[in-house]
Amino acid sequence: MAHFTKATSVHDWLNQRLGIDTVRRVMATEYWIPKNINFLWAMGMVLAITFGLLLVSGIFLLMYYQPNVATAFDSVNYTIMKEVEFGWLWRHIHGVAASVVFLIIYIHMFTGIYYGSYKKGREMIWISGMLLFVAFSAEAFSGYMLPWGQMSYWAGMVITNLFAGGSLHADGLVEWIRGDYVPAQAFLNRFFMLHVLLIPLAILGLIGLHFGALRIPHVNNQDGEEIDFDAESKKYLAGDKAGSKVIRFANDFMSKDMMVVGIYLVFFFYLVFFHYDFAMDPVNFDPADGLKTPAHIYPEWYFLWSYEILRPFSTDVGLMAFGFAQVIFMLLPFLDRSPNALPASRRGLFKFWFWAMLIDMIVLTAMGKVPPIEPFGTIGFYAALTFISLWILLPIITMFEKKV
Amino acid sequence: MKNKEPLILAVVVAFTLITYYLVEPFAHSQMHKHFESEGFAYKDLPALTQKGDAARGKELVTGAAACTGCHAISKEGFAAAMDPATAAASYGVNPPDLSNAGAVYSENFLADLIVNPAHALKVEHKFDINKGQMHPMVPFYGAGGDINQEVADIIAYLKSIAVKGEALTPEIAYETACGRCHANHYAGWTQIGEKPHFKRKQDELTFEMNLANYQDALTKYMGKLPPDLSIYIRSRGEHYIKTFVENPQNYLPGTAMPRVGVNPEAAEKVIEYLEDSGDAKRHERESVGYKVMVFMLIFAVFAFLWKKEVWRDLH
Repeated sequence: MAHFTKATSVHDWLNQRLGIDTVRRVMATEYWIPKNINFLWAMGMVLAITFGLLLVSGIFLLMYYQPNVATAFDSVNYTIMKEVEFGWLWRHIHGVAASVVFLIIYIHMFTGIYYGSYKKGREMIWISGMLLFVAFSAEAFSGYMLPWGQMSYWAGMVITNLFAGGSLHADGLVEWIRGDYVPAQAFLNRFFMLHVLLIPLAILGLIGLHFGALRIPHVNNQDGEEIDFDAESKKYLAGDKAGSKVIRFANDFMSKDMMVVGIYLVFFFYLVFFHYDFAMDPVNFDPADGLKTPAHIYPEWYFLWSYEILRPFSTDVGLMAFGFAQVIFMLLPFLDRSPNALPASRRGLFKFWFWAMLIDMIVLTAMGKVPPIEPFGTIGFYAALTFISLWILLPIITMFEKKV
Repeated sequence: MKNKEPLILAVVVAFTLITYYLVEPFAHSQMHKHFESEGFAYKDLPALTQKGDAARGKELVTGAAACTGCHAISKEGFAAAMDPATAAASYGVNPPDLSNAGAVYSENFLADLIVNPAHALKVEHKFDINKGQMHPMVPFYGAGGDINQEVADIIAYLKSIAVKGEALTPEIAYETACGRCHANHYAGWTQIGEKPHFKRKQDELTFEMNLANYQDALTKYMGKLPPDLSIYIRSRGEHYIKTFVENPQNYLPGTAMPRVGVNPEAAEKVIEYLEDSGDAKRHERESVGYKVMVFMLIFAVFAFLWKKEVWRDLH
């Protein structure tokens, strides 16, 4: 057993038992981050803060929400929005954060793609990040079911139908997922469970993995430079802070994080109070009605690109294309055959690939929302083909990339 | 090393805004028909030119025009001939109490309604006189004099008994213009009035029974039960509601919903009623919103100063 001495202070008492000085050193003061970074490197902290907002607002909403098909709609729109003090505030924070978190995730993802932060030992950071994307998607979808409005019901109907697998007609699987022939009480109950327990647990675990995966390869930097973290940190600790290529996580990097978070929160709360409609679809303010299909069924904006990869094709081809779109980002570190871990601007054809992919996904997103009439149907069809082609081209163009 | 952050920020913001524009304003412009409000002027109906005489109007309403045969005017002591459920069984919908009709409906709409209900209400597709489909409201065929003058007199009377100015509350406007067809359960309103608190279960069941009978008759009359408007302010929005009410045929050609004919002031009151039922915390949202924004701006300034301070040694 360890030897304990009479504590000289509360700090000492805790330090003997929990090693708080060591924890602080390892997690903060001697967790080294490259200095050559820009504000895009703060998106991790922005995401952590947004997840925190979702968690806290979700806990408050959970105290009044009723997962029952007869009362769910009114428990949200009447009880929480009208009766509970500041219930509207928690709901708007929750709804807006659920949408904005995907904007930040996409910025975070494309930052990683642009700077090659999934290569050379950082593959697990990318893969754990993509698993988080999948978990957040499931969390967003299950949460969207809970107000039991028209879009909840019909999105639930459409998305669970995908599991029938087109011509495979796995209708039994669809019934098993729904717990009924159509979305009803069993369906609402299980998506409630998924939303408030199982998926959040998975997200918390994956966040741990994502942070852990950063530890050994360290954070990438703006120029893809390989930094000798041991030598540079010694330089820093010896007092040459300006000359060292690394900085402490806290307070050095943290202060920059907080500056970005501050600006972000101004934008975020502006949306919460004055511009929330984009995140809370008006159609979902009509109660679920299984006998009345809405004129337009579309997912929330962050799923539109993959929805548009499904939509322009015949059922079976569409499902295959959709399945492809769901997994392909996960494989990015292995499809990119280039030896360079550099910003896209210095990587020849990959530079064009990056911007083509970004623009194509925005086109898919836009076409996923508008009705599939001409010319949108054709644009969507070619944008979906472009998406698939770009991924097929990726290994080829990167294989021939010259080592820089 | 050049500072690229402003350029990077500009790129991120530009792509975000383009995406926002495409999935919100652009997509919605492609999905929904858009109509501009005509300010509840009902320009297709002629303006009232003659000056009415309220006293003469009263004689007509209670006499030759026989309005009180079907309509209550509770303010003037004319009770309804039937309870709402029985009236709905006879007419399809309970004929409105005319106490505040003069404050809620536009003059030119009322003038047309009195002589040609199906035309004013824009439901001639449903009530085609050539096919023997009579609108349940019997038109006023005149009392022997100048019919235009008589209509003006009736309107003058209805205006003279109606509430004036700010006395027109959101409740009066909604209950007169919308409430006989549309429930609003977030405001506690049913098609036959607010549900009272009953001491005896039997009384409550009688009320429920009357309501169910009323709704049955209404469903038969309209083709479907008109929707509950509790949070229409969130599901449809102010612009849609206003332009829809001005002329339901714009958005839904062939709909059984009549043009309601509310005047601009009453329309604002109806919107206020819908905001109170469906977006009750809007004032609190604004005032809390400004405070939070000020707090976050101060937070951002301090965060920026902290960063400056920490990074002074790092450059």
